[in-house]
Amino acid sequence: MDMSTPMGQGPKMKLVMVGNGMAGVRTLEELLKLAPDLYDITVFGAEPHPNYNRILLSPGLAGEQTVDDIVLNPLDWYNDNNITLHLGKKVVKIDRTARAVEADDGTRAEYDRLLLATGSNPFILPVPGADLEGVISFRDIADVDAMIRASSQYRHAVVIGGGLLGLEAANGLMKRGMEVSVVHIGPWLMERQLDEPAARLLQKSLEEKGMKFLLQKQTAELVQGESGRVAAIKFKDGDSAPADLVVMAVGIRPNTELAESSGLHCNRGIVVNDTMQTFDPRIYSIGECAAHRGIAYGLVAPLFEQAKVCANHLAHYGIGRYQGSVTSTKLKVTGIDLFSAGDFMGSEGTEAILYSDPIGGVYKKLVIKDNKLVGGVMYGDTVDGAWYFSLLRDGKDVTELRDHLMFGQDHCGNLGHQGINKAATMTDDMEVCGCNGVCKGDIVKAIREKGLFTLEDVRKHTKASSSCGSCTGLVEQILAVTAGGDYYAAPKTKSMCGCTDHTHEAVREAIRQNKLLTIPQVMTFMEWRTPNGCASCRPALNYYLISTWPGEAEDDPQSRFINERAHANIQRDGTYSVIPRMWGGQTTPAELRRIADVAEKYAIPSVKVTGGQRIDLLGVKKEDLPKVWADLDMPSGHAYGKALRTVKTCVGSEWCRFGTQDSTQMGIDLEKVFFKMWAPHKVKLAVSGCPRNCAEVAIKDVGIIGVDSGWEIYVGGNGGIKTEVAQFLVKVKTPDEVLEYSGAFLQLYREEARYLDRTVHYLERVGLDYVKKKILDDHEGRRALYERLLFALSVERDPWVERAKEGKLKHEFETVAA
Amino acid sequence: MSQWTDILDVNDIPKLGARVVRHGTLDIAVFRTADDEVFALEDRCPHKGGPLSQGIVHGRKVTCPMHNWNIELDSGCAVAPDHGCAREFPIKLEGGRVWLDLSEVSRVAA
Repeated sequence: MDMSTPMGQGPKMKLVMVGNGMAGVRTLEELLKLAPDLYDITVFGAEPHPNYNRILLSPGLAGEQTVDDIVLNPLDWYNDNNITLHLGKKVVKIDRTARAVEADDGTRAEYDRLLLATGSNPFILPVPGADLEGVISFRDIADVDAMIRASSQYRHAVVIGGGLLGLEAANGLMKRGMEVSVVHIGPWLMERQLDEPAARLLQKSLEEKGMKFLLQKQTAELVQGESGRVAAIKFKDGDSAPADLVVMAVGIRPNTELAESSGLHCNRGIVVNDTMQTFDPRIYSIGECAAHRGIAYGLVAPLFEQAKVCANHLAHYGIGRYQGSVTSTKLKVTGIDLFSAGDFMGSEGTEAILYSDPIGGVYKKLVIKDNKLVGGVMYGDTVDGAWYFSLLRDGKDVTELRDHLMFGQDHCGNLGHQGINKAATMTDDMEVCGCNGVCKGDIVKAIREKGLFTLEDVRKHTKASSSCGSCTGLVEQILAVTAGGDYYAAPKTKSMCGCTDHTHEAVREAIRQNKLLTIPQVMTFMEWRTPNGCASCRPALNYYLISTWPGEAEDDPQSRFINERAHANIQRDGTYSVIPRMWGGQTTPAELRRIADVAEKYAIPSVKVTGGQRIDLLGVKKEDLPKVWADLDMPSGHAYGKALRTVKTCVGSEWCRFGTQDSTQMGIDLEKVFFKMWAPHKVKLAVSGCPRNCAEVAIKDVGIIGVDSGWEIYVGGNGGIKTEVAQFLVKVKTPDEVLEYSGAFLQLYREEARYLDRTVHYLERVGLDYVKKKILDDHEGRRALYERLLFALSVERDPWVERAKEGKLKHEFETVAA
Repeated sequence: MSQWTDILDVNDIPKLGARVVRHGTLDIAVFRTADDEVFALEDRCPHKGGPLSQGIVHGRKVTCPMHNWNIELDSGCAVAPDHGCAREFPIKLEGGRVWLDLSEVSRVAA
């Protein structure tokens, strides 16, 4: 008996892929992840190479990378995955009745599913001489080889087409030592991505590099020289120019020849639905050859999204839909920074904000329609491209950002990477990610060696920008320079984590609407993909449950991060830190004595005063925690939690000769009322007794400033990674009003912010006007919010008391001897 | 020679949680999944030595509290693209009691 075939397993289905390019192979990779054993896979590629990164042909031509550098899937990969690979064979026929394809050499392969990933062909101008030797396009490795050969023998190169591809080709040839002229029919370069001022700047800096431009010229003829090779180009206006090499880069056409000849419906591409299926249900199509809702995409990010969806359906999962992408463009010419997206020209009903510094070589234009960013073009300074693009894609109202929109988000932040915001100026050994200690060279290496394309991939492999995220902009720049292409076309709605496709908002809404009370209930109701979530969604769910149904939903300690489970901060050596609460930063000699005694009794190595006016005991052993809390006999400081941390105060009118209000008492009152408040992230308050502001209220989530006539309330400040100044919310007269307005704001934040959003992020998303409507205009609503907060707090207990005095969850603090 | 030792009741470990079992100076993290499977790993993340026992347990993985590495409980190894493995120890569940093979533990602790 043959033991090699397991019983009960029929023959595998057959998948044939025509085309061996990036989009197609990506589909196979995604498919192999989902269903490694479902298909016998056969791939036909017309080129003699395994899958390589076509986007990097430009750096390849420019001599910055070699062919080997740009191969994505070496032959071993096909072997290892049992894929039958036919290289250098062009499929010429699909027999849809017999379900088989046939290549030009007669090779035949039958299929159960067929994937057409035939890509696109360069468009060749139908002018006399277009077929001469020395006239090529810029599409594949063979073209690049021809260009490199020509550059070593000839002098004059002409590139027809002043678009993205043409300029990259011209730049490469120039670097190879040729004299390059770019012929362009339009009045300025890259008119599909740039407006005239930006294009002029680009032209100027390329001219400074030595490139020549022949604008508004129409090619009439390519003239043959004595050797039989092309020798000159003639224009319709009678001018001409010498040309030993002509590169046509006037556009691409979806390659639909094979599909059309087999009777598949095509219309400017092989027409597919949202599952990437063609009109023949057994045949899928993806990549530059596929027309989805009338658009054939040519950028890597949308194609990879398509790949994911297509693989999902090929694997019989049947749950993904591709719904189109918004795209943006970057030019890969070293030393030139350029970004464009959306309706950058502007049209009826749009307005434009402009910034132009011709001497400094910086130009920015943002196009706004109905208070939303609809397009933009940037030249010379593109650091904020990703931020603008996310505003555009999300259709965010920019009214409040308007007056500083042009100056960017300071997206790269200003801490942790020496204030540098241009990746290109960094050397390989400079640190990009200050949190995880990742240098530029590490990132470049990972992108090259592991074939990474997205920010997510880079985060996973290098950890860069995966902690505080302030270097995200830099990492994106490095990605763009190293791997080329566009990295911003992430999906519009972001799911909570890999365990679900639902957004934070959808999950919260379901918890509210359906009165879900436990994490398993949520996971069942919302059809979680994993049996019990992950370290990212479980804490979020736990917070959503207890904040939506206080007193009813059960707080699950196993779904809390260790700090909130142990009610102390884990330190790098596995010990913990303990910060007892001191209301408003005020303490007493008796408390200080107890703290000193505890520090000695438990041999606590370090005692430190914190920025929030508290005392931190560092280096406590976990098993000592309940005893330490019992001996301290002080309330939990929640310094370990996504919760109310501290209310920092100045001494105020009680002592200070400038003080106008009793800020210390106000701080104590606020801290006592909001004590035990869990929140989407940590919450810090401060109260100053006069505008000299010694308690630094401008960088707190809620900051109160006492003035002679009452109290000013500021919200959404942040002193962390990116300093944010709090915004003025309202001025009130009495301490009771301070409590009610602050409490209502915090409850709104608790109810509506996504888990791990600070108040500043929440405000950025909903806008201050919205908060004002809810808190200032709607009096009933404000009181109701405040009441809900007070109710939620009334069911919470001091976790230190429960553990130190009542023995709750004892096992957490006990080790087992063996 | 194996030296199976009764350590604790499975119900003394929270579901989707862990307990630290100390043998001399060696800390062993004993995990319990939602389906009452038990696993024993040295309580040191292969990354920077973080205490795995303090992480969030999900499926058959634990996420290290220090830098969020995901570790497979059955092998002790980090989920790709991270590399490295925590040492695993023989463990079994019999009649609601958790047993560890201390011969292996002593060998490592020595």
